Amino acid sequence: MRTALTSIVSGVLFGAGLALGGMTDPARVRGFLDIFGDWDPTLAFVMGGAVIVMAIAWRIVPRLAEPIFAGEFHLPTKSDLTPRLVGGAALFGIGWGIAGLCPGPGIAALVIEPAAAAIFVVSMLAGMVFVRLFEGAS
Amino acid sequence: MMLPSFPEAAPLAGLAGGVLIGLAAAVMLLGLGRIAGVSGLAAKAVGLGGSGIARSGAWMFVIGLPLGALIVMLASGGLEASFASPVTLAIAGLAVGVGTRLGSGCTSGHGVCGVSRLSGRSIVATLTFMATGIATVAIMNALWLEVL
Repeated sequence: MRTALTSIVSGVLFGAGLALGGMTDPARVRGFLDIFGDWDPTLAFVMGGAVIVMAIAWRIVPRLAEPIFAGEFHLPTKSDLTPRLVGGAALFGIGWGIAGLCPGPGIAALVIEPAAAAIFVVSMLAGMVFVRLFEGAS
Repeated sequence: MMLPSFPEAAPLAGLAGGVLIGLAAAVMLLGLGRIAGVSGLAAKAVGLGGSGIARSGAWMFVIGLPLGALIVMLASGGLEASFASPVTLAIAGLAVGVGTRLGSGCTSGHGVCGVSRLSGRSIVATLTFMATGIATVAIMNALWLEVL
């Protein structure tokens, strides 16, 4: 119950932040990536604001023996830079640039332009399933 | 507020939205001890593994995203947004889905949570997807490919 409540509070805040910051408009996101054209720096302010708050949160983590509503921390521990990481990020960036959507805004936009957002989200999930099938076979 | 050189920019709304996103990620980190990475939580919600959070928790987070956007939409009297054609959205979605699984994250997990933790992997991933995103838009513009 506490997991569910904490998760939905986080999701609602996240979705509200994306919408408030203009990130649910693909034109604004592509405007940020269009540094050689009519550059729109708004996304840099969104990311900057989020990173500043999270930098403070990361400084609180070592002072907590455990998370407030859970038994233990589950944080990424990998530190190796692999071709898989760089290749995956590169492909993600290409998709991001093509339509101006990444996973968060794509899902949040389901209430703004349901049909368009649903096509993006279903395709994204299909891509995730594809990776899973491919890896399962190898 | 307007930035003189960039009439389109919305710096204050952007900063306020960013602070909300940071708070959302902080709630997930300090409350449940996990990274608020949207691609990982979406994968978890549909049963593709990923982060160790309970599937119900992943669903709650994912459902919260459109709810949060809905609140802002209702409060502001509508949100401006223009989307690409169905075929373009499908191609982009596939690339984003495959890329975020291989690359272990997206703009939220790497770009916000990882960069603020000064994770080397996340900084490399973020610089990489920013670079290919910028290159993709530049190439499409050079070819007169208008998608929005």
